[in-house]
Amino acid sequence: MQIETPATSAGPFAHAPTSIQRTMVLVMLALLPATVFGFWQFGWPAIFLFLTTLGTAVAAEWVCLRIAGKPQRRYLLDGSAVVAGWLLALSLPPWAPWWIGAIGALIAIVVAKQVFGGLGQNIFNPAMVARVALLISFPLEMTSYVRPLPIFSPEAPGFWQGISISLGQGGFDAVTGATLLSHVRTELSQGGTLSDILPGMAHLFSGAIGTIAGSMGETSALLILLGGGFLLLKRVISWHIPVALVGSLALIATLMNLYDADRYAGAPYHLVSGATLLVAFFIATDPVTSPVSKSGQILFGAGCGILVYVIRTWAGYPEGVGFAILLMNACTPTIDHYLRPRVYGRDRRGTPIEYADNAEMRK
Amino acid sequence: MKLFRIRGGVHPHDHKHLAAEQAIEDLPMPALLHVPLQQHIGAPAKPAVRRGQRVAKGDLLGLSQGAISAPVHAPTSGRVMGVGSYPAHHASGLSIRTVTLMPDGEDRWSEKVRSISDPFALAPEEIATRVAEAGIVGMGGATFPSAVKLNLRTRYRVHTLVVNGAECEPYLTCDDRLMREQADAVVDGVRIMAHALGAERIIIAIEENKPQAQAAMSLAAAVDRRIRLARLPTRYPMGSEKHLVQALTGRETPARGLTADIGVVVHNGATAFAVHEALRYGRPLISRVVTVSGAAVARPRNLRVPLGARVQDLLDYCGGFNEEPAGLISGGPMMGQPLPSTRVPIVKGSNGVLALTRREIDRQAPMPCIRCASCVEACPCGLVPLEMAARTRSGDLEGAVGLGLMDCIGCGSCAYVCPAHLPLVQFFNYAKGEMAARGRARQKLMETKRLAEQRSARMEAIKQAKREAMARRKREAAAKATDQPTASVSES
Ligand code: SF4
Ligand code: SF4
Repeated sequence: MQIETPATSAGPFAHAPTSIQRTMVLVMLALLPATVFGFWQFGWPAIFLFLTTLGTAVAAEWVCLRIAGKPQRRYLLDGSAVVAGWLLALSLPPWAPWWIGAIGALIAIVVAKQVFGGLGQNIFNPAMVARVALLISFPLEMTSYVRPLPIFSPEAPGFWQGISISLGQGGFDAVTGATLLSHVRTELSQGGTLSDILPGMAHLFSGAIGTIAGSMGETSALLILLGGGFLLLKRVISWHIPVALVGSLALIATLMNLYDADRYAGAPYHLVSGATLLVAFFIATDPVTSPVSKSGQILFGAGCGILVYVIRTWAGYPEGVGFAILLMNACTPTIDHYLRPRVYGRDRRGTPIEYADNAEMRK
Repeated sequence: MKLFRIRGGVHPHDHKHLAAEQAIEDLPMPALLHVPLQQHIGAPAKPAVRRGQRVAKGDLLGLSQGAISAPVHAPTSGRVMGVGSYPAHHASGLSIRTVTLMPDGEDRWSEKVRSISDPFALAPEEIATRVAEAGIVGMGGATFPSAVKLNLRTRYRVHTLVVNGAECEPYLTCDDRLMREQADAVVDGVRIMAHALGAERIIIAIEENKPQAQAAMSLAAAVDRRIRLARLPTRYPMGSEKHLVQALTGRETPARGLTADIGVVVHNGATAFAVHEALRYGRPLISRVVTVSGAAVARPRNLRVPLGARVQDLLDYCGGFNEEPAGLISGGPMMGQPLPSTRVPIVKGSNGVLALTRREIDRQAPMPCIRCASCVEACPCGLVPLEMAARTRSGDLEGAVGLGLMDCIGCGSCAYVCPAHLPLVQFFNYAKGEMAARGRARQKLMETKRLAEQRSARMEAIKQAKREAMARRKREAAAKATDQPTASVSES
């Protein structure tokens, strides 16, 4: 049995100025600073990759909506496909060939979202599904990072060179650079100690402002933080998931660092490197795939933070955010089932509250 | 006074400026009044007049029937044109029994309406009886007979009377105006009710967006040291009885219980005014203040309206429409009901008539739920509206009930904030209605089964009796024939 919306309707006859479209536009605005900075840092190839990814995401969404027989205009304008493509593009190596972006967008939209039933129905965050799938299928392309070459600097590739990089034709000598995370990992596995690998605090500074190798939107912690703050201010997200994620990650990193400072890096390193902040503010907070109660969100965030640390430190991949998010996404239905808000007038178990001094006069 | 936090809630634009500065005006007497016999929760009143009968203002039109019911009275003097059916003040547009009265223009009070010298000399039961006789019901919209609530004293140790002046619904300003203009009368009514309840504490609670009402009431309340004024933060649904009590006392009313369980009874300010009229002057409830507002109304007003005036009469007095309204609402925009037409009469519970434009209502085509949890955050009852809605839509009503559907107060906070514009309240109303219908059907089924079982038990008893009689006759016949007692055999 299904009920549709009948014409005569119940209230309320007023509405807050909210809509899915507004939410998505605010997310895009929040991503804008980090994205523009990424364009500047990584030049034309990054811009082409970004456009291919977004374009493919929107096209795939349109085709799927057509097949599903849903109103295409209304659903495309909600902006969810653009945001999914955007987040994916930000998590790819900036000079990856165009087809990485295109395949990723197809995976995100078709496999991770529309197959599940479209907007609101997916269990896993589309961008992270795509990222993990790409990482497993194309490990080489997905781990080739370049050092930033600001777009108008003399060494940076021009427009045409950018196109040929996007097409995957060589001919341009990029200065490849390992991301901080994989660099540290490789060195550690060769028996180095952190005090040799990370001399001083310079890496933290460059991680914070983003002048290091990395994915396009991941490198500048500060700009991501700015966007996250904007979303908090606009109440698009609440503080629970980001704070729990960052907090738990920082806590476990600090503890391990105290235990053995030569093998385990401290909290600041984990916070500014890789996609930690992008994930904390933009991916873990994806409403569709995160729990709905405040307590659930805190648990979810903390779980993500711990998993990120565990995967980064002990598992086979230098960057663990994708797997961490997917694992916690899988837990979301269970978390939602067990962690509900307490209902008014009832205790946690759902029985009506009883007061010792109940005013009813029993006869 | 110290206030406590309540969960959730929303801050809708209050639109009160439209009518807040309009002093209460009397609506000119319409040519006809349509006074429904049911304007309250409970059994409808029984007609007490015949067609053609002349009545004076305040005469009975309908008699209260049963424990939970209320009488209705003539709002003015005139002639009864008939007792028939007329569209109800209800979204369904169904007709109910209604007395149609043609005012004679004299507005002559009935002889029976007499003032009372000192209501405080009356016994509490006597006050409740007079409140019942005056036909007073909860005037905040709930329309529960007030006397029943005053009699809670006999079953609960009531220590606090709360006067609900929150008026948290946007647009509505009728309570605000009444408290500003008739503060002394309202406070008097409050004190009479406190006397009837035996309450030792009185709290008058008014939201911060009504500073003038707060000032007027605190001045008027100086006559009684038991009265305290609570300045409530402006938040919807602060006026929900159970949430108001929580904000004032820090205690939640047990689920499925009454605020009386924690010793508190809540009455609306307009109800207090009606009690004052009834217990000082003997006047029954025959008129009320109604806010006519909304951007589609030419001149928003607060009107004192005789019960039974048509919504159209009010709109005409307010200059009609500026533009075609997209919705005509009875009550506030959050919990109000759409009105089927402007013909329907004003009743005891009508606190507002709103003609809203499309922009004000801002209804958009629903999108899928994106699980954003805005509704969870907004729900003052701690429910998870998105899940209840999902269960309802898939037909799993028991599942929705298991998630707390019956604890939902229908406040609409969830639907108000939902970015997907899902008609959540509509789902919940449907589910509640359907569950009630199933409950009734189940009850009916059980009743039928019980009757059938009784019948078969009766039939069985008759058969049994017949068998025994047969056996007895056989035994007697056998005993006669042989003189040998066989009873012991047949009994074994
Ligand atoms: S507010 Fe609407 S979209 Fe958001 S979770 Fe609730 S029902 Fe879903
Ligand atoms: S209508 Fe019901 S579910 Fe929605 S916010 Fe109000 S109480 Fe909660």
